[in-house]
Amino acid sequence: MGQQIYFEDVSEGMELPMEVREPTTRQLVQYAGASGDFYEIHYDKPYAESIGLPGIIIHGALKNAMLGSYVTGWAGPASTLRRLTCQYRGMDFPGEPITAKGHVARVYQEGEQNLVDCTIWLENPQGQQTTPGTATVVLPSRG
Amino acid sequence: MSTASFTLTDEMREQAIGVESAPTTTDVEKGHIARFAEAIGDDNPAYTEGTPETGGIVAPPTFLRAMRAVRPELPFEIPFTRLLDGGSDWEYFEHVRPGDVITAVGRVEDIRERTGSIGQMLITTIKVTYRNQTGAIVATQTSTSIRH
Repeated sequence: MGQQIYFEDVSEGMELPMEVREPTTRQLVQYAGASGDFYEIHYDKPYAESIGLPGIIIHGALKNAMLGSYVTGWAGPASTLRRLTCQYRGMDFPGEPITAKGHVARVYQEGEQNLVDCTIWLENPQGQQTTPGTATVVLPSRG
Repeated sequence: MSTASFTLTDEMREQAIGVESAPTTTDVEKGHIARFAEAIGDDNPAYTEGTPETGGIVAPPTFLRAMRAVRPELPFEIPFTRLLDGGSDWEYFEHVRPGDVITAVGRVEDIRERTGSIGQMLITTIKVTYRNQTGAIVATQTSTSIRH
C-alpha cells in the first residue's frame, strides 16, 4: 500500500509512479479459479495455439483488475474509486513484464467531493499501450 | 476467419437492444474476496482484514466479475463463434462486503456490425447492474464484446 494522496497534493499532468508486474501462468490459473473464467486460452497452451494465438494470453479482466489495483494503491486507503475504464487493444503474455503507468488528467470538485481523473495504462515490453484506461477517484482533503 | 455472411437489420437491432439476462444471485464470502485479491496480486489489507477507512473487509473493484453474470441471449442466430473482449467501464456506488448477496442482471445496450481486419464483426455493448440485498446498486459494468 502506498501512502495517502490528498486532493491538495495533486495537479494536472502529475505522473503516477510506474509499477512493474510480471504475471505468471500460475497467476492466470489463480485468477481463473477466483473469477470463474475458465476459458482455455488463459492456461492451456496447445489449445491457445490451436485457435491461432501465439500462446497463453492474460485475461482482459485480470488486466482490468491490475489497473484497478494500480490506481487504488496510488490513491491510498482513504480514497474511493468512482469509475474505472479500460480498452483491450493488444494481447499480453505471462512471463513478460507489464508496466502500469499513468498521470493526472483532471482535478475538480463536484458538490462536496474532491475528484481526480487519471489516465492510466498497461504497457508491454515493446512500449505499446495494450490496455489504456481511465479512473476517477475521490480524494480526501488535508482539511 | 468466419466466411459466413450476416446482416444486422434495424429490426434486429431493435429486438436485441433492451434484452436482459436471467438474474444470477451470489453470496459474497470472505475467503473468496481474499482469494480474488491474491489472484490479482493486490495485498491491500482492506481485502483481507479491513481498514479503519473501509470499516471492515471490502472487495477489490473488479471482484464483481466473479459473480458470474450471464450474457443476455440475442433474439436471433449469429454465425460467429469467436469472442473478444473490447473493453470495460465500471461505475462504483457502494462497497461490496462479505455477507452481501449480489444479484447481477445484464442488458444489451447496443449492437453494431462492422467489417475490420479480422473480417465481419458484431460488436455488442452489455451493461451489467449489480445490486446488493437491500436493492441498492453497488456497481455497473458496461462491456464491449466483439464476435467474429
